[in-house]
Amino acid sequence: MRFSGRVFKFGDNIDTDVIIPARYLVHTDQKILASHCMEPIDKEFSKKVKPGDIIVAGTNFGCGSSREHAPIAILGLGIPVVIAKSFARIFYRNAFNKGLILLESDVYDHVQEGDEIFVDAKEGLIRTKDRELRSKPIPPFMIELVQSGGLLNYLRKKLEREGGLG
Amino acid sequence: MGMTITEKILAYHSGKKYVEPGEIIEAKIDLALANDITAPLSIEEFEKVKAEKVFDPDKIVFVLDHFTPNKDVQAAENCQKVKEFARRLGIRNVYDGGVCGIEHALLPELGLVMPGDVVIGADSHTCTYGALGAFATGVGSTDLTFGMVTGRLWFKVPETIRFVCHGKWRKWVTGKDLILHIIGMIGVDGALYSAMEFVGDAIYELSMDSRFSVANMSVEAGAKNGIFHVDDVTLNYLKDKTKRGFKIFGSDPDANYKEVIHLDVGKIGLQVACPHLPSNVKDVEELTNISLDQVVIGSCTNGRLEDLKIAAEIMKGKKIPYGLRCIIIPATPGIYLEALKKGYVQVFLEAGCVISPPTCGPCLGGHMGVLAKNERALATTNRNFIGRMGHPESEVYLSGPAVAAASAIMGRIAHPEEVS
Ligand code: SF4
Repeated sequence: MRFSGRVFKFGDNIDTDVIIPARYLVHTDQKILASHCMEPIDKEFSKKVKPGDIIVAGTNFGCGSSREHAPIAILGLGIPVVIAKSFARIFYRNAFNKGLILLESDVYDHVQEGDEIFVDAKEGLIRTKDRELRSKPIPPFMIELVQSGGLLNYLRKKLEREGGLG
Repeated sequence: MGMTITEKILAYHSGKKYVEPGEIIEAKIDLALANDITAPLSIEEFEKVKAEKVFDPDKIVFVLDHFTPNKDVQAAENCQKVKEFARRLGIRNVYDGGVCGIEHALLPELGLVMPGDVVIGADSHTCTYGALGAFATGVGSTDLTFGMVTGRLWFKVPETIRFVCHGKWRKWVTGKDLILHIIGMIGVDGALYSAMEFVGDAIYELSMDSRFSVANMSVEAGAKNGIFHVDDVTLNYLKDKTKRGFKIFGSDPDANYKEVIHLDVGKIGLQVACPHLPSNVKDVEELTNISLDQVVIGSCTNGRLEDLKIAAEIMKGKKIPYGLRCIIIPATPGIYLEALKKGYVQVFLEAGCVISPPTCGPCLGGHMGVLAKNERALATTNRNFIGRMGHPESEVYLSGPAVAAASAIMGRIAHPEEVS
């Protein structure tokens, strides 16, 4: 769970209608969803961002709807981790269920767009060009979830054990 | 130490005597819901894990309400996929076409949610059912798949913020104004990860329709759930709907709260949330110079009979000015029929409104009233994020039905006293 990449900065209350506008929700294809990620506030975002880049944001990232299309679109761009001051709760569950890692930290106040940062998610460590920051620890339950390959892998194993029955 | 109503419901459903905030539990679920946007993803997940059955076909509900009546080929194919899946797995609670309504208005109306239930829905406004004294919360499609297959889901027990409301309601003010006022006060993350519990004399005077509006928008304050206690108003509402038994829970006097907030509802006027956050709340009097291109009265927040009644009272005998679209969306066929019988539909048609079939439609910028660049709408919906109702450079203001109806007549944001 170590990453390093360029920072893309977004402010407070980035909602799911911004992350992926509702008119694209007729799609479930990850590539299509990714190509419209953040479109209402930055039309070029999906073109500028490269796999491995990191989103850094303010408070309440992912507020709004329960659409899992939001973490799917972010992951579709190859962004492995989002660091924000806080996250909306449904987005938080959805992200971890899908394998997108979220860290709570105020890195936003200490980096510029385009900065390279290093993240050790398990240790809750974030290194910018001039300082080392700590994020709130990811709850052990969520780490377990990510390490077992997300909620669906856990379910798949459970079903294999129990012979396909719910 | 006592427990709150939310803690008690979660404890009961996880087979425990006691739970406390922060604890992770696995709870049995009584109902799992998805719609035409979230069900297709859930079904894909279901297939990926090679599940063969759902835990109980009668406890799963699909409501095809967002992009329906199907707005395009993709929307149609999504609905088709959901219906095929339901048929294959014996799920009978599938609502489409003439029996479809907006999910959070439809499920209570059909008696599918009961007090004390644990309900998960792949839709953030699932929290609406808290009005009935249930624990109801929105989840994503993956969580929903897990719930559909196993009949259980993990939850972190939330802390609770208690809102104690007293005082006398002012004229025209409804539950929508209360919740907008609260969101304005605590912010869009003011109740993040928490439960919001609404109690007090003023709450017991609220109609069921108003309680649904309040619980509905608790998610706009970041809450996990919003919840009310069961009283005579609830029991009366449930009288002809109860198909199964239910258990009533209530907060203990010594329950532990993150915060207790006292409110005098007599001080709350008609509220409007300005673009682009539900927390940008102002009194309507401050906004009466804002011109409008569209008014929408509908959605899972305010598309119920009480809302249409208030709107009809204000619009009766009046005309919508040229250049403004006023779209009325009864939230369910049942509400539509009642509105027809009571003469509201005629009032709306004579005033020059468009009447849409029950659908989410414009609420999420789907169809039936999408905004162009620079257009401005006032809606009784729940979100006014950038681009929510269409073009990223359009604007949405949020209000209750009285302000919406008065504004439709005036062609600008208006107080109901200006037209009556
Ligand atoms: S009416 Fe709007 S908020 Fe309610 S379920 Fe439909 S899209 Fe969501």
